[in-house]
Amino acid sequence: MVNRVVVGAHYGLRDWLIQRISAVVMAAYSLTMAVYLLMLPRLDYDVWTGLFSSLAVRTFTLLFLLCLFFHAWIGIRDIVMDYVNSAGVRLVIHVLVVLVSLLYTIWSVQILWGM
Amino acid sequence: MKFKIYRYNPDTDTAPYMQDYDLDIEANGKMLLDAILLLKEQDDSLSVRKSCREGVCGSDAMNINGRNGLACTTPLASLKEPVVLRPLPGLPVIRDLIVDMTQFFKQYHSIKPYLINNDPPPETERLQSPEQRAHLNGLYECILCGCCTTACPSFWWNPDKFVGPAGLLQAYRFIADTRDQATSERLDDLEDPYRLFRCHTIMNCVDVCPKELNPTEAIGNIKDMMVKRLV
Repeated sequence: MVNRVVVGAHYGLRDWLIQRISAVVMAAYSLTMAVYLLMLPRLDYDVWTGLFSSLAVRTFTLLFLLCLFFHAWIGIRDIVMDYVNSAGVRLVIHVLVVLVSLLYTIWSVQILWGM
Repeated sequence: MKFKIYRYNPDTDTAPYMQDYDLDIEANGKMLLDAILLLKEQDDSLSVRKSCREGVCGSDAMNINGRNGLACTTPLASLKEPVVLRPLPGLPVIRDLIVDMTQFFKQYHSIKPYLINNDPPPETERLQSPEQRAHLNGLYECILCGCCTTACPSFWWNPDKFVGPAGLLQAYRFIADTRDQATSERLDDLEDPYRLFRCHTIMNCVDVCPKELNPTEAIGNIKDMMVKRLV
């Protein structure tokens, strides 16, 4: 293979958009949860399990976590693109981050619906 | 006034070093370039690029006390002593304060910095309304001095792939031009994780631009147009 600078992958916009939209979702969820939890008169195990027994809370928590994983995947990929120069190593790291994110997603569902 | 200037002559020096200079000069009303030219009279081996000496040609861009700027438009009285002068960061040094701008201009040329219009040329000129022309304000004034691009960390890491703020400002200058017909091709060309999306809105470019232009805003406008095209 010749060693030339190759650009023109024709993607990037979607990732950039996902990163911005996921940031808004995470901010909205974090603020709502923080305000709600601070306004509770007491916070113990019963209140906590009661809160997460609601389908809406579980769904929005999962949405928050999915946004977090997408956001983190794009952020880590951007760092790797800057600092890891070998294309092979970069691909391995990209695949590892995707696989770990998938595992975390499965684990999140198990935790949220196992409570 | 005390100066500390980056010196490197590849023919005689094994490594760059900082040289101290002392200059008897009344700072008020003078620009940094005046002082550099007087220093050059003291020591004619000191190498620097300059031409118009009034902020139009952009050839005397350098790193002044850690900040990129034009020596000819930087008031001497505004500088803290010792005044530390270095070449623009992130580009190969040819000698002293002179850098090799090949990579910078390669990126500039890659965005096709000219009007693309396949209609037969009209007899007089391609007209724009005053409103259409107003969109080019803040874009066409760029003098390609390189201050912004060499202050951008994304350009430092990927100078061969990231177009850089100066190039992207010019890309938007032609995207925004109503006489240009290649908008879609220009957007296609920039839709790349490196060419455009290495910009992480660090805004060093806006901070240092000696013409007070806003490449970050232009890059944001390009991204907005891509979103508009997508949805």
